[in-house]
Parts: sequence; structure tokens; C-alpha cells
Amino acid sequence: MAARGDLPVWVDLALIPLLNLLFALVISGLVVLIIGENPLEAMWIMLKGAVGSLKGWGYLLYYATNFVFTGLAVAVAFHAGLFNIGGEGQAYMAGAGAAAVGLSLEFLPWPIVIPLSILASMAVGAFWAWVPGVLQVKRGSHIVITTIMFNYIALSLMAYLINYGFRPVGKMAVESREITGAYIMSFREVAREFFDLRLPSTPLNFSVFLAIAAAFAVWYLLWRTKLGYEIRAVGASPEAAVYAGIRPDRIIVITMAISGALAGLMAVNEILGAQHRLVLGFVQGAGFVGIAVALMGRSHPLGIMLSAMLFGLLYQGGTELSFAKPDINRDMIVVIQGLVILFMGALEYAFRPWLTALFFRPED
Amino acid sequence: MTPAIELIGIDKRFGAVHANKDITLEIAQGSIHGIIGENGAGKSTLMSILFGFYSADKGEIKIKGRPVKIKSSSDAISFGIGMVHQHFMLVDPFTVLENVVLGAEGGRLIGPALAKAREELTRLARDYELEVDPDAIVGELPVGLQQRVEILKALFKGAETLILDEPTGVLTPDEADHLFRILGQLRDQGKTVILITHKLREIMAITDHVSVMRRGEMVATKETKKTSVEELAELMVGRRVLLRVKKGKAKPGQVVLDVKNLTWKDRKGVARVDNVSFTVRSGEIVGIAGVSGNGQSELLELISGISKPSSGQIIFEGKDIGILGDPRHVREEGLAHVPEDRQHRGLIASFDASESGILGWQYDESLGRGFRLDRQAVVARSKKDMLEFDVRPADPLLRSGKFSGGNQQKIILAREIGRDPDLLIVGQPTRGVDIGAIEFIHRRIIALRDEGKAILLVSVELDEIRSLSDRILVMFAGRIMGERGPEANERELGLLMAGVSKDAA
Repeated sequence: MAARGDLPVWVDLALIPLLNLLFALVISGLVVLIIGENPLEAMWIMLKGAVGSLKGWGYLLYYATNFVFTGLAVAVAFHAGLFNIGGEGQAYMAGAGAAAVGLSLEFLPWPIVIPLSILASMAVGAFWAWVPGVLQVKRGSHIVITTIMFNYIALSLMAYLINYGFRPVGKMAVESREITGAYIMSFREVAREFFDLRLPSTPLNFSVFLAIAAAFAVWYLLWRTKLGYEIRAVGASPEAAVYAGIRPDRIIVITMAISGALAGLMAVNEILGAQHRLVLGFVQGAGFVGIAVALMGRSHPLGIMLSAMLFGLLYQGGTELSFAKPDINRDMIVVIQGLVILFMGALEYAFRPWLTALFFRPED
Repeated sequence: MTPAIELIGIDKRFGAVHANKDITLEIAQGSIHGIIGENGAGKSTLMSILFGFYSADKGEIKIKGRPVKIKSSSDAISFGIGMVHQHFMLVDPFTVLENVVLGAEGGRLIGPALAKAREELTRLARDYELEVDPDAIVGELPVGLQQRVEILKALFKGAETLILDEPTGVLTPDEADHLFRILGQLRDQGKTVILITHKLREIMAITDHVSVMRRGEMVATKETKKTSVEELAELMVGRRVLLRVKKGKAKPGQVVLDVKNLTWKDRKGVARVDNVSFTVRSGEIVGIAGVSGNGQSELLELISGISKPSSGQIIFEGKDIGILGDPRHVREEGLAHVPEDRQHRGLIASFDASESGILGWQYDESLGRGFRLDRQAVVARSKKDMLEFDVRPADPLLRSGKFSGGNQQKIILAREIGRDPDLLIVGQPTRGVDIGAIEFIHRRIIALRDEGKAILLVSVELDEIRSLSDRILVMFAGRIMGERGPEANERELGLLMAGVSKDAA
């Protein structure tokens, strides 16, 4: 008799996620069919739109950069047994940090300002997650509830800050003025300035390397440092952690701060890299997509990078699809996303008994 | 008169464990029948079968002479069997009345059921001295009253036979006396009571008959009047062949651990460790015997720094470590701890063996400087430990949860002994461990003693305590009942374990 978890590692890490994805796509296809379009054609348009051109790839990687940050944020918390679903608000608040430093220190050279504004994003994001962590430890308020509530507080607070703080007097649009000095260059700009190459116009910028570095840093933190060991111990068995002299309360607070800092990095890609100004609602659901990305990536940085790219593909392909087929709008992508989350999260084990039966034929 | 309940040839296995071996028991109508035995003797399993939680592999149950099949607790209730569990099954925010009708609402509207229950409660209170305010919130009642609510619940559902599982474990002596009066009333009104306990005094005080279980077998059923505490203790513990481990005489040195008037109270204010004092010297093994749940676990947690004493001192090598209340500091002082709960405390099942092999020592600089954790050092250390302690398979990358109990215990022991501690405290070193590993673990513990280390051993296995310890302390209800040498006979220890003491009077 094979118990749960006895499946080969590759089945757990690759086959099950792929099967889940496949089912999500099949059901999405059915929805497309109901709308009255050809699902295979729709799929082809999506795929071509995302990976059929340099422009498509540029957008795909730009979206993926956001999702890596928010996915890592969810994953780190998850390793400590915490479910941080406040990435949305943490990233949004972090935008204020990035913009504040970027705008106010413009007189300094960019090699100083950019690291400072990255740190500011992380600090503000960390703070926005640290508070729910402290509330859980001191008051017993559950992190799932408080982080959600903090998303709403961030929404209102940022609307206020942007409107009354960042918006230049007399400007109609609710956004800050442009960051002209210290922004992160896009690939297109670098190619044009330094290599005299023409790249299609995409928001892809050097933050993508920051995302790769963050993924590596998270891996290193979790599996190669004492703090990471403690984080995982608290998540896996709080009782054993206490026995080992680890204080779970302390770990919860620290982990939430790290998680928030990672979510905050999303603002770097968006504000310093793509928009060059603080705009209303720039996070656009990336914080929530991070949950799906982390689930699908099994909370491992490598898996997160892969699933972030997959979601980047869905986003970019979906945009193209909505141009080509007006019947299928962007909400369709949200449906597919929802289905992926449903299959990855809620139905994670739906195929397991079936696979177990397949791999372990009953003896004799 | 036909007996209230007959169990005929009940047999139950859990995997390799034979929990009930061909048990036959008759319980007379209108009597109080005690069932006594050590931990794991099979008392609870037997009662769970009667109450429909488990189904027996073999055997028959008759109620008032009629053969019945009990497949669930609701079957049991419909046959007039009620159970009061050791851990109450009450809804804390509900009132007494609401708790009593729970599961017997009898319709979509709650009003009529509550009105009927209120009437019934008044009657029960009058008949059996079971007064409880029907409108009190259960969570706010003291434990003794909560237990009364449990009894009322069972009676309200028409219980003719009441099973009580270790009912006095949570009660103060006054509350216990009151409970016994209630049980007496119940019997006088024709109800049948089955009392599961390991306390001999209670058996002698209120039962009419007593059955003794040992290692899954029913060894005797006696009329309480015609037996004695001594006889029951002997039946309960039995005469066993000792698993003797070869060891020389202890050469105790200076005092390493000095526990002074240690008391720990739980959240309800009950002293679970009650004014305990003892010492452990270097080069000796001090064993703490007792039926589980008598404060040994709490004592281990106090000494290892997991919980803080309510009062008293734990002096380790001249320092009071009790006030630290921090396992990390305690460990750094040179104390190693093999916890009782291997699965949840001792290691982390989802971690690989090498990571479980550093649990508690993760700060150590030899495993990586500063914040770093040197994976290679961790794996190498684990490999070395595994070879030295003969862990099979000696694979540091295998998940901890996949090792057998014995090998898991060896991983933990290797980790704790490997840091050259001055004092090792060990809880249940061989629970769920196969014979071969038991011998190995015992030899390692004795070897550590011979190196001049101090060892405090807590075990519910009397054999283990007797074969390893140089001095034996017996714990009962949070107190140390007495000290004996390893040559003390089982009957004597059995009496102490059951709370009967000549020295403490």
C-alpha cells in the first residue's frame, strides 16, 4: 500500500501542476466555446501573441517580473505557515516609498537614488506586512483577515496620498509627476542608447534581473541560513520549533516583514521601471496573482519563476486575444486565472488518488 | 438477573498491536464496575468498542441478554449507553441546557426541546444531586460542574449504563468526593456505572466489582470487598521477566541538577507539578516512574525550558535555569533533551534527516558562521551521527518521517548525546521502538552514565525504569510519592504509581 506522498518527486513537482493546468485550460476552452468562439483558435492567438514575437516576450517577461515578486512574497510567508494575502496592498503602499525617494532625491546621481528607492519600496512593503504580523502575535488577529483589510486601507490611503501629496497642483490626472532622473532603464532604451539596436516598445526593464536575484535570495534564505531553517521549522511544526528554542512569535513578525518587502519590490518594476510615475491602482491584481503563482510553483523560487512566466503568458496572450476577438475580453483571462487557482489550490489533490493508483498497481 | 452488559470474546488489533485479546466481561445491572490497568493495557480500546468508536475484529456484545451490533456512538446511545470522556465534549459558549439537548433536539424548533429539557434537568438534579444552573454558560463553569453537565447529557439521552473514563483526573479531591456520591445515587436508582481508572483508591472506595486489564488481556475480575489494594497492584503490574541491561554500579559524583519545590499550574490553576524536589548527580540515572498524565511531561518541559515554573527553582550546575524559561539558553548551559513526543517535538517529519538532526542546535557555529547554515556541514554531521548510532538507512537526505520509530529515536539521541551534555533528560526513550533498537538505546544511555554524565529518565514503562535507573522516583498527581532503589519490587512501585504511599501517609 502506497501512502500519500510516496509518488516520485517529478510527479509531485511537474506532472500534477501540468495536469491541473491542462484541466483549467480545457474548462476555459469550454467557456470560450459557450461564448461562441473556437477555443483552439483562441488558444493559438494567445500563444502567438505572447511568444510569437519579441514584443510578446517583452510583455510576458515584464508581467512575470511582477508575479515573481508577489509570488515570492506569498511563498516565504507560506513556509512559516502564514497565508499573506496582502501582497496587493503591500505592493501598492511600496509604490509611495519608491516614488517619494525617486522624486525627492532627483538631484543625486542615479547609482545612489535607485538603490535607495528600491530600499524604500522594500521598507514600506515590509512595514505594511509587519503590522498584521505584530497584530497576530500580540492580539491574536488572524493574518488572513488583517492582510485583506490592509489591502483596503492601502487602497484608500494611496488614493489620498496620490491625490493630495504626489499630484502636482493643476494636473488633471491623479498621478505624480514624472520621475526623470532615477528610473530603471527599459531594455529598449538600453539597446538604443548603448548598442544602437531597435527593440519593439515594451515595458520590460532591468527589474527582471532584480526578480531573478530575489528568487535566488529567497532560496538562499530558506535553505542556506539559520533564519530560513527557523522559518521552515515554525511552518512545519510549531511544537518542534519551540522545543528547538525558536520563538515562533518572533519568526512570524520577521517573516511577514520579509514577505512584505518582497511584495514591495513589485513597485520597483512598475513605478521605477515601467511607469516612471506613481499612478492610481498600479498593482492591478498582481498581488493576488502572486497567490496563484506561489501555489503553482509549490512555494519554491524556481517553480515560482516558471509559473510567473506562465501567468505572464496568460496575461500578454489574453490582451492580444481581446484585441483579436472582441467577444473575449480581459475578464476571460481572469476566469482562466481563477480556474488555475481552483485547480492548483482547492483541487490540488484531486488527481492524486488516481495517479497513486496508476503508479502503484495493487500487489498480487 | 441478566447482566446489563456482556462482552464475549472481544478481540481487536491495530496493525501489529494486539490491543484487546479475547476479552470476556460481564457487568451486573445496578452496580459500579471498575476497570483498572496501566497505560496501554487496553481499557480505553475496550470501552471505545462498547461505545461504537471502533468495531471489534471478533466477539459479541449483549445488552440485557440481547445480542446487539454497535456501529456508532448513536447506536450505543440508543441502547442506553452513555459515556463521559476524559476530555469533555461540550460546546463552551452554549448554556448547560443547550449542551444537554445537543443531538436530541427532536425537531426543527429548539423551543419545545429546551422546555422539556429544563423540566427533565430539574428532576435529574433532584434525584441524583446533580444541581447545575441550566442557564449558565458551560465555558464559565468549573471543571467539576462541566463534568456534571456531561453526566446530565448522558442521562437526558436515556442512558442506563454510564461509562466514565478517568473521571477524577481533572477534579479536586472535593469534587471527586461529590462525583462519587453522585455515582452512588445513580447505582441506588438502578443505573449501571463503568469506571475506568488507574487509581486504586477510587476502585476501593466506590466500586462493587473490579476487573484488571494487563497488556490487552483481562487478567481478573474480583468482588471489591474480597480484594485488597496490594492484590490489585500486583495483578495490574504483573510479574514480568525483566529486560535486564548489563551495567556496573553507579558512581554518583556531585549534584548536577537540583530541583527545589517546583510547582507548575495550568491555565485553570490546577497544580500539574506540585512542589517537586529531587536531585540528579553526575554518573547516575534517576528514573521517574508513573502512569502517564501524572505530571511527568510537564516536569520535562519545565526542566528543558519549554515552560516556566509557577514557583520553585531548577538549579543546574549552580544556576537557576527555571527563570530563563528558554530552551535555547538551557541547551547552551549543557542540557540535552530527548522529548517524549518524538513525532511532533523531537523532529520535523517533513524535513530531511540531516535537518532534523540539528533541531535545537541550529545556532551552532560549527554548522555555519553567523547567519549561514552550511548545508555540507549539516549533511556531513548527520552522516557521521547516523553511522555512529546505526541509523538505517543511513541516508541524511531521506525525509525524517520515513524512518521507523526506532531509527527516528536514534537520530534524536545522536543529536542530543553528540553535543557532550552534562545532563541528559529523556522522555519515553523507547516508546514505539522495536526490541533491537531498545537494547541499543539502553546501552547508549548507560554508556553516557558511565562517562560521568547525569541522566534523568522519564518513562511509563516500569521495566525500562527498573532496568536503567540507579534511583527511582514515583510520580502521582504531580507529586513525588516516594523514592526507591532499582531492587524495589513491582508491587511496591505499583502501589506508589496508584497513589498509595506508606511514606507520605
